[in-house]
Amino acid sequence: MEYWIKIRNAMKKYGDFVAIPDISLDIARGEFFTLLGPSGCGKTTLLRMIAGFNTIEGGEFYFGDRLINDLDPAKRNIGMVFQNYAIFPHLTVRKNVAFGLKNRKLPPQTIEAQATKFMKLMKIEEYADRLPEKLSGGQQQRVALARALAIEPEVLLMDEPLSNLDAKLRVEMREVIKEIQNRLGITTVYVTHDQEEAMAVSDRIAVMDRGLIQQIGSPKELYQRPANLFVATFLGRTNIMSATIHTDNGTVGLNFADGYNLPMTNLKEVESGQSVVVSVRPEELVIKEEEVAGKGNCLRATVVYSTFLGLNTHYIVELDSGERVEIIQESQIDDIIENGTFIGLTIKAEKINVFTEDGSTSLVR
Amino acid sequence: MVYPLSTVVRQSVVDETTGRFSLRYMRQFFSQPYYYRTLINSFKVAITTGIIAVVVGTPLAYLYTMYDIRGRKTLQLLIILSSMSAPFIGAYAWILLLGRAGTITKFIQSTFGYTIPNIYGFNGILLVLSTKLFPLVFLYVSGALRNIDNSLLESSANMGCTGFKRFFTVVLPLCMPSILAASLMVFMRALADFGTPLMIGEGYMTFPVIIYNQYIGEVGTNQNFASAISVIAIIITLGFFLLQRYLSNRHSFSMSAMHSIERKKASPVGNFFIHLYAYGVVAISLLPQVYLIYLSFRKTSSAGIVFLEGYSLKSYQQVFSNMGGTIWNTIRICGVALIIIIVLAILISYLVVRRRNFTNALIDSLSMIPYIIPGAVVGISLITSFNNPYLPLVGTATIMIVSMVIRRIPYTIRSSVAILSQIPLSIDEAAESLGAGKVKTLVQITVPMMLNGIFAGAIMSWVTLITELSSSILLYSFRTQTLNVAIYTMVAKGADGRACALSTILMLFTVVSLLLFNKFSKDGEIML
Repeated sequence: MEYWIKIRNAMKKYGDFVAIPDISLDIARGEFFTLLGPSGCGKTTLLRMIAGFNTIEGGEFYFGDRLINDLDPAKRNIGMVFQNYAIFPHLTVRKNVAFGLKNRKLPPQTIEAQATKFMKLMKIEEYADRLPEKLSGGQQQRVALARALAIEPEVLLMDEPLSNLDAKLRVEMREVIKEIQNRLGITTVYVTHDQEEAMAVSDRIAVMDRGLIQQIGSPKELYQRPANLFVATFLGRTNIMSATIHTDNGTVGLNFADGYNLPMTNLKEVESGQSVVVSVRPEELVIKEEEVAGKGNCLRATVVYSTFLGLNTHYIVELDSGERVEIIQESQIDDIIENGTFIGLTIKAEKINVFTEDGSTSLVR
Repeated sequence: MVYPLSTVVRQSVVDETTGRFSLRYMRQFFSQPYYYRTLINSFKVAITTGIIAVVVGTPLAYLYTMYDIRGRKTLQLLIILSSMSAPFIGAYAWILLLGRAGTITKFIQSTFGYTIPNIYGFNGILLVLSTKLFPLVFLYVSGALRNIDNSLLESSANMGCTGFKRFFTVVLPLCMPSILAASLMVFMRALADFGTPLMIGEGYMTFPVIIYNQYIGEVGTNQNFASAISVIAIIITLGFFLLQRYLSNRHSFSMSAMHSIERKKASPVGNFFIHLYAYGVVAISLLPQVYLIYLSFRKTSSAGIVFLEGYSLKSYQQVFSNMGGTIWNTIRICGVALIIIIVLAILISYLVVRRRNFTNALIDSLSMIPYIIPGAVVGISLITSFNNPYLPLVGTATIMIVSMVIRRIPYTIRSSVAILSQIPLSIDEAAESLGAGKVKTLVQITVPMMLNGIFAGAIMSWVTLITELSSSILLYSFRTQTLNVAIYTMVAKGADGRACALSTILMLFTVVSLLLFNKFSKDGEIML
């Protein structure tokens, strides 16, 4: 793969506060790359370093072979989409889209043609001569996107572009963004704190926390095989349970608090008796009604309450150990299990993730 | 600006004859009751005016925001208008109305045989300044009330707190920062005003009068002594400024209303009193101006000095034939000053908001200094600094423009900074990422976005510039006489039809400017 954006040992300081101690990553040409993390994790800071709006205290940033550390933002050939759209309110939609082209001193016909092309692409042509304040949030974001794309930048940067939109529009716009990015094949760096949005649009995601990259991978990798407990809990919902490793004649298993033993085949080197943390996603738990408490090898639990959401039914149950876990089950035509019912639970061993006791390292191969 | 001020400070502590450091003038000031009493007088006037303005202005703003009042827009315009002329014109008109030979005085005396209390001295100054300055409180407080969310009032009503109790426990504390800011403003203006005490004070001396007398006075002038008084005044106003800062920082919180207060109809009786109060206050404060307009159409004696029975346009004829230059001076000097102010304010606010560093923060703080310096002091400092062979500016239009710029710029910078802070930084960044350089971004994006707000502010500045007196009176020469100065010099000599005509013209300027402002300002919010 040909990497286009290369970041080596990036460091960002605000006074004495180190926001980003050391980040290195590579983004391929044409890739949709997302920086995902909770607020304050440094994702926007990193994006703004790529854009040139933040100073760089250490490390190197390359576009291709070109070192861009000290290049003026105006000369980096980037398109940027901002959280608050940052549309020029005193210019019409057309003038907004043409603004970057005019700065390149292109001939008027080219500017006009190019602006029209991108307004068509973003389906805002009919508003071309209106002032942006008359447009809805979604339309404004389309203008911002058209404006950023019209200069045909080498890199498209997006800073939480959808967070000011309502839920329905957010889903719609992320489809639009994904489709346009696919069609134009433009290298894109996208920042968001919404893990569902990140999974929906990205080729690869870098999960960040406290200025450090926790894991880089495809949405599927991150969800199914998180590198540590932070990634497991940040992406999707999961139940965290404690267990101990139990080895016997070469077979390895997890022992849960109430004696449930789960054989595992995909663990790394572990010691018998080692305490571990297990991340079990709600859909990785299976309810066994007939094996009620006491009988068979299973977790014993009591239903606390349930939520019917159409496609799925969620159960919150309390284990014998006192831990509460969530189970998501495809809704059945039968009755929903009543509150207070004793049930048995088994775990889909091949899907779950096991971490060291401090949560820092995955023990799954 | 720093240079003139330092000159004043130096002069105040340097002996006139020996040229050595000396506290002689300071001692002179504090050793003679004649002098230091003026300071006490000034503070008595300023503090009492502040209290009266708050007591009158706050309820007015409250009623204006809470209840339906007929002719709201007009009422607001009238309230602002009443503050928009130089106080001395008000003083002059009040003397014509309530003075010893005043129209109302005579009328009451002849009908009821009752002599109304003397309006000269302390009471008169108070009357004039309070009617002039309560609109400041009104504007600040109604601005604050606009930011109170209706749900706050509803929830306090829900908990059984309504009417007066709610006003004192909820509304008033929420407006406190604005009330403090407004009262400081009133205080500063009352302190700095010298036209009023000079006209109506009759021996009730305040310190700007002393400064003026020491400077231009008939009985021996002493520039160094005037400087010394100026420095004392600055130190004291600075103290009050810091106190206000401290108080409002302790009470500060930010509010923004999603649903502003809904106006409701009062009960018929309440409604009557609300209208009576609102329009009563406005009528009293506008009375002098209306009376002057009336007088301007009266017939006058040939010299224009004595009013005769009957009506004529003679005053206007005289004004336009002899004093056209004055009107043109006003437009020319104030216009140039306004342009300089706007350009400087945009640049400084840009530096302060977008390129914040130590130097720019320093410029910001320095530009705020004139905020607390009385106009007379600005005037003195300019004369003392530029009355030298290298930069002989005294008597030129330039020095008038410089003083106006200095006097007005803190306000314009404040409002520009406020406007610019509301423009998100990402707009600038967007322009930059699209290939526009910093200058281009400023010219093509930032300034056009600020323009609406700046224009509204500029009209306000214009109004204050054309009614400026306290520093122009010291700086004007025959060639650079402005309307306000002309009125003052005429009025100082006694009743005069031409003065009335000129004030009417000035008022017309003001009204037109205000109407323009209402047209251009989005929310009609006026900040002085």
